[in-house]
Amino acid sequence: MATVEARRDDWVPENPEAPAGAGPWALFWRHFRRSQLAVAGSVVLVLFYGAALFAPFLSPYDVETQDRYRGFHPPTAVHFRDAGGNWRRPFVRSTELSDPMRTKYSEVEGTEHSIRWFVRGAPYRLWGVIESDIHLFGAQGDARIHIMGTDQVGRDVFSRLLHGARISLSVGLIGILITYTLGLVFGGIAGYYGGVVDNLLMRFSEILMSIPGLYLILALRAAFPADLRSDLVYLIIILILSLVYWASLARIIRGMVLSLRENEYVTAAEALGMSSIRIILRHILPNTMSFVIVAATISVPAYILGEVALSFLGAGIQEPIPSWGNMLQQAQSIRVLKSFPWILTPGVFIFLTVLAFNFLGDGLRDALDPKKIQGDA
Amino acid sequence: MTKLIAYRLLHMIPVLLGISFITFLIMQLAPGDFLSTLELDPQISQESIDAMRARFGLDQHWTVQYVLWLKNIVFHLDFGTSFSRHQPVFSVLRTGFANTLLLGIAAATITWVVAVPLGIVAAVKQYSWFDKSSSLVAFLGISVPEVFLALLLILLAAWTGWFPIGGMRSLNFDTLSPMGKALDMAHHLALPAVVLATVPLASRMRQMRGNLLDVLRADYVTTARAKGLPEGTVIVKHAVRNAINPLITLFGYTLATLLSGSLLVEVVMSWPGLGRITLEALQTRDLYLMMGSVMLSSTMLILGNLIADILLAISDPRIKV
Repeated sequence: MATVEARRDDWVPENPEAPAGAGPWALFWRHFRRSQLAVAGSVVLVLFYGAALFAPFLSPYDVETQDRYRGFHPPTAVHFRDAGGNWRRPFVRSTELSDPMRTKYSEVEGTEHSIRWFVRGAPYRLWGVIESDIHLFGAQGDARIHIMGTDQVGRDVFSRLLHGARISLSVGLIGILITYTLGLVFGGIAGYYGGVVDNLLMRFSEILMSIPGLYLILALRAAFPADLRSDLVYLIIILILSLVYWASLARIIRGMVLSLRENEYVTAAEALGMSSIRIILRHILPNTMSFVIVAATISVPAYILGEVALSFLGAGIQEPIPSWGNMLQQAQSIRVLKSFPWILTPGVFIFLTVLAFNFLGDGLRDALDPKKIQGDA
Repeated sequence: MTKLIAYRLLHMIPVLLGISFITFLIMQLAPGDFLSTLELDPQISQESIDAMRARFGLDQHWTVQYVLWLKNIVFHLDFGTSFSRHQPVFSVLRTGFANTLLLGIAAATITWVVAVPLGIVAAVKQYSWFDKSSSLVAFLGISVPEVFLALLLILLAAWTGWFPIGGMRSLNFDTLSPMGKALDMAHHLALPAVVLATVPLASRMRQMRGNLLDVLRADYVTTARAKGLPEGTVIVKHAVRNAINPLITLFGYTLATLLSGSLLVEVVMSWPGLGRITLEALQTRDLYLMMGSVMLSSTMLILGNLIADILLAISDPRIKV
């Protein structure tokens, strides 16, 4: 506590705007807000995670309904003027498969189906409790609106993207939670106690880290049957990724604990008769927090990309359940990729998500780094 | 130096033993083996499957299998036979390994040749338009998923026809002159190498910039300037020499990401490397092939770290070895 206070005294006179006695969170927020990219990153992430949460409501169609007359339908054109050239409520036209050989669609002249908010469609159950059939938007009549086109078997790419986000985005958060719990506990114990525990842990993590990541992930995936239920595969993927990424984190935490252990306040706590677990949890680990928060933010993409890689290679989430990785699988055929490039949209969203996490992580690092705070002011 | 290398090489032995044991254990946890897929085939009799199982030692406890596998490697340099290809694992892996190494070296070369000069320029002209735009591009580069970038570049190749779509050689490869063969390979190598280099390139550039900025604030740089050395000499001979050291340590790490990343790139861009073989071995439960490729890629990773340490010791004489 003493060091924090001393630092604040140094710092206040240089920055007259700072109200005296601003808490660490206020300081953090003031610096974080200054980084436009970090703020933009967090806005994007809130939007994406929010969209994943409300996926059934936001997506116009059911994710598993196939339509063999609508395979590889391009994104639907939205019209704003009717045949007479007058402005009207946005509408779409019905389409038909005009050239089945080359999968070309053409609009049926004269059909006008308004795009409406809150239309009734396929029934769904939100978060397993709220039953409804109201979707945010949709086209009236028998026309369909595919804002990102359809895939090979005529499923709406936008709807699948939203549902896929639930899997691909949550893998990152849950994985980080497990890895950091494991990493902090084991790294903390190894660093604090040293000796045999430390030695065993370091050798084990060294072995894990000497196997190239994706090879280890694939080998671990092979330890489970290939045809498991999708919810089990989901759990297995998270566990595998957590196990693989746990090692390097534990080593860093161990190093930090090793040096923090030498502090006088630890000796003081020991002298007061506190238990080791309490010292580790209450006095040592909190000091690693600013590192942990930044490192966790930056490593979320590794989990998302891990799931994408596994599902893309066919070892992850299986059809018909959508994930961003298995949606990209169809793009492996050159013919499909060349003629129907909208199949790549999940890739764009993976890219944007990773970018947002990197922006956020960078902003957090600047805002949490006390040296930087002094230097900037 | 010799002592360092000898120590590190000795240290490799327990690590590789640990890796092999853990991987073997993992592969045994998996239900079924290569032969259980054959059992479903009515054309193959149960007797011949049992005979094969006995020949490969699959009917024995896995610890016995492990010891046998290890013995064969140590005494006969025999990594076993690939079940699905009926070839020694060693010869299956050899070509794949060479191709992956070629891809990795090409990607590493692109990474360093581009990242270091760009990082230096960005640091020297801090806050210039070049610095700002290059750091934005670096952010994009760090964030782009390899699978997505690979698919995008294939799409570009398909649309423009400037590059071959996947593979390693053209159909008429055998008829080309030696020079033509090299060019043909380079042509095929270009896109996969660029995909593989993008992420490490972007992050090395940022690191080079950061390191150099730190060093440029040091007193000895001010001294060098004060005694009237030309700015170019100050930067190249005094600052960059120190700023590049942390990057050299990252060389091994780069190799690790290249190895992991190349698996995906190889699959998407049909590059016949170690990654594709590994994926195939996994799908067919080809135990010894899988073991061989994990061991080989891990050895490459550990050697990469060792080379990084040696390079660092050469570059920075202050580091005692």
